[in-house]
Amino acid sequence: MSALSAPTLAQMQRGQVALVVRITGDNRLKLRLAEMGFVRGAEVRVEQAAPFGNPRIYTIRGYRISLRNEEAEQILVAVPEEG
Amino acid sequence: MATTPKALTIAIAGNPNCGKTTLFNHLTGARQRVGNFSGVTVTRKEGVVHHKGWKLTFVDLPGTYSLSSQTPDELVCREYIHNERPDIILNVLDAGNLERNLFLTTQLIEMDVPRVYVFNMIDEAQAKGIQIDTARFAELLDGPVVETVGRVGKGLDQLLDAIVGRCESGCVQRHIAIPLESHLRDAVEQIHAGVLEQLGAHEPNHRWLAIKLLEGDKVIIKQLSAHAKLLAQAKLLRDELESTYDEEIGILLADARYGFIFGLIRETVGEVHRHEGPRASVTDTIDALLLNRVLGLPILLGLLWLMFQGTFTLGAYPMEWIDAGVGALGDWLQATLTPGLVRDLVIEGVLGGLGGIVIFLPNILLLFLFIAFFETTGYLARAAFLVDRLMHGIGLHGKAFIPLLMGFGCNVPAIMATRTIENPRDRLVTILINPFMSCSARLPVYVLIAGIFFADMAGTVVFLMHLIGVLVSMGAALLLKRTLFQGEADAFVLELPPYRLPTLRSLMLHMWERAVQFLKKMGGIILVGSILIWFLQAFPRDVQLDTDYAAAIAQVEAQVSEPAQRDAQVAELERQRDADLQQARYLGRLGQAVQPVFEPLGFDWRATIALLTGFVAKEVVVSTFGVLYRVGGEVDEEDASLRAAMSGAMSPLVAFAFMVYTLLYMPCLATIAAIRRETLSWGWTFFSMGFSLGIAWVLAFLVIKVGGWLL
Ligand SMILES: Nc1nc2c(ncn2[C@@H]2O[C@H](COP(=O)(O)OP(=O)(O)OP(=O)(O)O)[C@@H](O)[C@H]2O)c(=O)[nH]1
Repeated sequence: MSALSAPTLAQMQRGQVALVVRITGDNRLKLRLAEMGFVRGAEVRVEQAAPFGNPRIYTIRGYRISLRNEEAEQILVAVPEEG
Repeated sequence: MATTPKALTIAIAGNPNCGKTTLFNHLTGARQRVGNFSGVTVTRKEGVVHHKGWKLTFVDLPGTYSLSSQTPDELVCREYIHNERPDIILNVLDAGNLERNLFLTTQLIEMDVPRVYVFNMIDEAQAKGIQIDTARFAELLDGPVVETVGRVGKGLDQLLDAIVGRCESGCVQRHIAIPLESHLRDAVEQIHAGVLEQLGAHEPNHRWLAIKLLEGDKVIIKQLSAHAKLLAQAKLLRDELESTYDEEIGILLADARYGFIFGLIRETVGEVHRHEGPRASVTDTIDALLLNRVLGLPILLGLLWLMFQGTFTLGAYPMEWIDAGVGALGDWLQATLTPGLVRDLVIEGVLGGLGGIVIFLPNILLLFLFIAFFETTGYLARAAFLVDRLMHGIGLHGKAFIPLLMGFGCNVPAIMATRTIENPRDRLVTILINPFMSCSARLPVYVLIAGIFFADMAGTVVFLMHLIGVLVSMGAALLLKRTLFQGEADAFVLELPPYRLPTLRSLMLHMWERAVQFLKKMGGIILVGSILIWFLQAFPRDVQLDTDYAAAIAQVEAQVSEPAQRDAQVAELERQRDADLQQARYLGRLGQAVQPVFEPLGFDWRATIALLTGFVAKEVVVSTFGVLYRVGGEVDEEDASLRAAMSGAMSPLVAFAFMVYTLLYMPCLATIAAIRRETLSWGWTFFSMGFSLGIAWVLAFLVIKVGGWLL
């Protein structure tokens, strides 16, 4: 799957697990996310959402982090094969 | 002891929520010095511990995830290590969450300061079934490893031993390099050679500087702006690499760091643990309720209600004691000092001013106790998560919610609480809009005026005032974000740590710290302000009054024989005299001089003077009205005679405009002190004053105009 057509983390449903492919867009946020562990190949699981569906919580590297959906949209992911 | 040559400075570095503060508190107890890192409002805590003949000075650096210069906290950490070169860095790690915690470590090791590693929260790690080969870890990262449980203070002696041992064995640090891909490594090597050539080998952090230059770190580039050749070389290499990899250097380095961490954990822990253990299932259960889509917000509101209720009901008792104490001290001074100007200055100026501020101390302490509890349990982050959508609507971060809400209690701690907001721009906006949140000191003014003019719907009017405050602060936030503070909103990248119970001891320390900060920092400016206002109220000393009150009082005393009646008449004359004096003194003259400004709003000179005195603290407006309407010294908002006297003096519309004006105009003196303290800028402090005065006038004017048109 090419990076351009990859789905974003924002499109994933609660409970789904995805692998980070790449972060697009703004530098400041990009670096911050990378520092927090969102680098190529990192595994992310979608947890619950705030009352208005935004922001949402994710589990990465064994801890919880919340991101707005606008921010999750910048994270391109791949869905690992089932099984 | 102070001159012992065996003295060490130890900087404590670690991620937020790794238990750094708890550990620091355990090590140093109450022997802490709290201050600020120079030039910024990042709190700096220091404490001294003596151990085996060594004097160990611990400096608690702010908790950060990284050492890039993205937030003030990160910059402070980095500059401290880079410029002040502590003897040892104590790197505190959450042992149950090693992977992310080690990211900071990969940056610390580049700075080549001798390190001691602390695996804190080892209890949680063990509960998750994580076994760490500490000997192997110590070998790989060259530094002793100590396991601790900060909550109960377990492992602290070993920690102190390790620190002392580290230095007795020579305090040298082997350089450890993060393995980089060959292109990256070559680029770092080339820039490193350039740094050594141009800055000389005595520059302590040469290798680190090379990496920062390759990353294109703006702060470092600025610091090295004299070395154009070096900067050009770095830029060339950076551009080349970024186009080869089609990615920024910062990201490539982060990739490499996490790769290094993966290897490190494989060697020392076995597998990379990503399952969360029993703590997570407790957290999940609590979160299922507290973060529930439907119940989350109501529960938050309920908890906040409890917080305010608790603050004000529990705070009422110590407030009474303080009030009584200040009163007794005043009486004592009154009796002891010889009558005259000095006595008046001490009692009315100094004691009156400071007493009026100290009385809020219990409320402030309790408010901070609750906040500290929410913060250390992990709920504060969740509150920000719950309200972020709402706050984002006015261009602010979820974290701005709590300070705004605290403003309903008192703006001073609220402004101090903005320290949790990382982005300086958002923080400034939150500070500037905070005074519009109607604090509890404004309540007496509403109660008095609404009680007189809107007796049958006083509650609604008081509620309306709070609502206007909220709307104005939201509007002001939008306005400021659109004009002076343009730019992208801060991202909402917020860790939600597992729920943990704080220790009573650390909560108490937290409260104590705030109390000292409040008293020390507010003291100066409030003292000066109170004395100034007192001076304006007390001078000039001899004024020519139209009525000869001394003669009139003497006459009453001579002629009226019935004691009760005589006293009443004398008291009435004294009140009239005081009111006339008020009007004749500088403050009164000032009030009359600026009154034309308030003419369009319909405020008379009395209202104007009341507003001027309300600058010290807003509830003073009530007692000034008491003096000016000649109803005697000690009045409160329930006073019947004051109500009767005032009811004829204003129309209900003007009264409403007056309340709106009181709500919005000028932060009180203590708040101004807090703004100055937290912005470190007189410019923004004056801006805040002017901004609120302008908004207050415009809105009060609108009330008069629109009201006049409707009625
Ligand atoms: N189970 C366990 N809990 C701990 C330990 N050390 C600290 N805690 C708890 O973890 C929470 C956070 O601790 P803090 O000391 O406030 O964390 P911090 O690293 O200073 O966090 P920041 O102030 O955000 O930098 C508190 O509730 C502590 O009681 C530990 O070793 N084990």
